[in-house]
Amino acid sequence: MTTPLKEDRIPRIAVMTVASIGVAIMLFILYSLVRDSIPILAHVTLSDLLLKTHWYPTYDPPEFGMLSLLAGSLSVTFLASLLSLPISLALAVFLSEVCPATLREFLKPVIEILGFFPSVVLGFLGMVIIAPWMVMNFDIITGLNLLNASVLMGIMIIPIVTSLAEDSLNSVPKDIRDASFALGATRIETVVRSVIPAALPGLMTASLLGVMRAIGETMVVLMAAGGSAMIPRSIMDPVRPLTSAIAAEMGETPFRSDHYYALFFAGLLLLLLTLALNMTALWIENRGKRWRS
Amino acid sequence: MSVNRVAKDRAATVLLWSIMILVCSMLFLILAFLVSKGWTALSWDFLTKKPRSMMTAGGISTPIIGTLQLVLVSMGFALPVGVFTAVYLVEYARDDWFTRALRLAVRSLAGVPSVVFGLFGLAFFVILLNFGSSLLSAGLTLGCLALPVIVGASESALLAVPRDYRDASYALGATQWQTIRKVVLPTAFPSIITGAILSVGRVAGETAPIIFTGAAFFAPRFAKSLFDQVMALPYHILILATAGTNIEKTRPIQYGTVLVLLIFVLGMTLTGVLWRARLRIRQRAQR
Repeated sequence: MTTPLKEDRIPRIAVMTVASIGVAIMLFILYSLVRDSIPILAHVTLSDLLLKTHWYPTYDPPEFGMLSLLAGSLSVTFLASLLSLPISLALAVFLSEVCPATLREFLKPVIEILGFFPSVVLGFLGMVIIAPWMVMNFDIITGLNLLNASVLMGIMIIPIVTSLAEDSLNSVPKDIRDASFALGATRIETVVRSVIPAALPGLMTASLLGVMRAIGETMVVLMAAGGSAMIPRSIMDPVRPLTSAIAAEMGETPFRSDHYYALFFAGLLLLLLTLALNMTALWIENRGKRWRS
Repeated sequence: MSVNRVAKDRAATVLLWSIMILVCSMLFLILAFLVSKGWTALSWDFLTKKPRSMMTAGGISTPIIGTLQLVLVSMGFALPVGVFTAVYLVEYARDDWFTRALRLAVRSLAGVPSVVFGLFGLAFFVILLNFGSSLLSAGLTLGCLALPVIVGASESALLAVPRDYRDASYALGATQWQTIRKVVLPTAFPSIITGAILSVGRVAGETAPIIFTGAAFFAPRFAKSLFDQVMALPYHILILATAGTNIEKTRPIQYGTVLVLLIFVLGMTLTGVLWRARLRIRQRAQR
C-alpha cells in the first residue's frame, strides 16, 4: 500500500498497543493457570494426579486423582460427538447440495441462531425433560447421567459443526460438481466421490472444533451429567467431567489451598486439550489451503 | 443409468431431508415446550419485582438488571479493543511476528473453554488486580470471552469496505489514520455493530465465567457500583434449578427465567442476523 507519512506513526503505534491486549490476555491466561497449578505438584506427584481415580478433595487426607474426571470429560465428549457429528455433516451436505435456495436462506440463520442457545438452558432441559423421561423408561434411580449430558451436548455442537462444514462444502468449486455430473454420476455419487474429498480438510476442521467446544462445555455437564467422580461403566452412569468439577467446587474452596491448586491444574489440563485440538484444526486448515492452491 | 444407482440417489436424498426435518422439529419442540411452560409465569410484576422469600417468590428484576450491567461492562471493554485489533489486522498489519502472534492469540482465545475464562478472571481480575468478586471482574472476564467474536466480525466488516474508498481518500492527501477514522470506520460501522449485537447474545447467556468472578447467589439490591456483586439471569437459573431452597416449588419461576433469558438472547441474535443480512444486500447493490 502507500508509504505511511511520518505523522502517521503515532496512530499506528497506538492501534498496535491496543491490539496487543489480545496477545496479553492469552499469555496471562496461560501464565495464571500454570502459576496456580504448579503448587499442587509439591504435594501430589504428576502420575498420581493423572492416573489415580479417587477424587476426594475435601477428605482428610484429601485425594486428588483426576483420572475419573478426565474419563468423564472424554466419555461425554466422545458420546456427544458420536451422536452429533454424523447429523451435523449430513445437515451440512443437505444445506449445500440438496436444499432449495429459498429454504436455505431461511435455514442457515436458524442454525446460526441455534448456536447461540445458552448452555444453561440446555442443562435445564436435561433436568426437566430428559432425566424424568429416563427414570420412567429405564430401571435407574436418577436420570442425570452420561447419556443425558451427551445428548444435550450433541444438540449444542450441531450448529457449530454444521455451519463450519457447510462453509467448506460451499467453497468447493462448482466445476468439480459439473465435471462429475457430466460423467453421468448421480448427485449422491458426486457428493461422496468428488465434493466431500475436496472439502475434507474443512470437514475435519469443523469436526475438531466441535469436539473442542464439547470438551470445554461446562453448564450442560454440571447440570445433567450427575456429578459422581467415577469411571463410567455404562452410558447410564453419572460422571463428573473436569469442567463441572471446577464449576461446582471452586466456589467453596479456600483460596490457595491444595484443592484450589488442584482445580487450577484441572483447568490447565482442559486448556491444553482444547489448545491442542485448536492447533491441529489450524494445521489441517493451512495444509488444506496449500494443497488446494 | 442403472435403476439401482438412481434408487440409491433417491434414498440418500430422502435421508438428508428427513435429518433436516428431524433437527428442525426437535428445535421447534424445545422452543414450544419452553414457551408453553414459561408463558404463565411471565407478568409485569415478574419482570419488575425483586425476588423474595428466599427466592421462592417475587420477580427477577435484580438478575435482569444484573445481566444488562454485565453486558455493558463487557462490551465497554471488548468493543474498543476488538475493533482496534481488527483495524490493526486489516489496515496496518505486515507479515511479521507480531501479526502472526496476534492472529494465533485471537484464534486460541476463541477456543478457550468458558470455565477456564472463569479461572483466569478469578486469578487475574479478582485476586491479582484486587477487583474482588464484582460486576467489574465478571464483566471484564466476559469481555475477554467476547473479544475474539468481535475481532472476527469487525475484521470482515473492514475487509468489506471497498479498496476504492481508501484510494480516493489517499488521493485527496489524507493520511492513513485520517482515512481509517473518517472513511473506513464510518463505512464499516453498521456491520461492526451487528457483530457486537451477536456477541451480546453470547455474553448474556454465559454462566461458567461469572460463577466465581462476580455473580451473586442472591443480592437484595441492584449493583450501585462496579465493585458490587450482581445477580445474573443464567446464574439465577442454575441456582434455582440445582441449589434453591425448594427446587420443585420454584419450577414456575425457573421456567419464567429461562424464557426471559431465551427471549433476550435469541432476540438479540435474531436482530443481529437480520440486520446483517440487510446490510449485505445493500453492499451487494452498491457494487
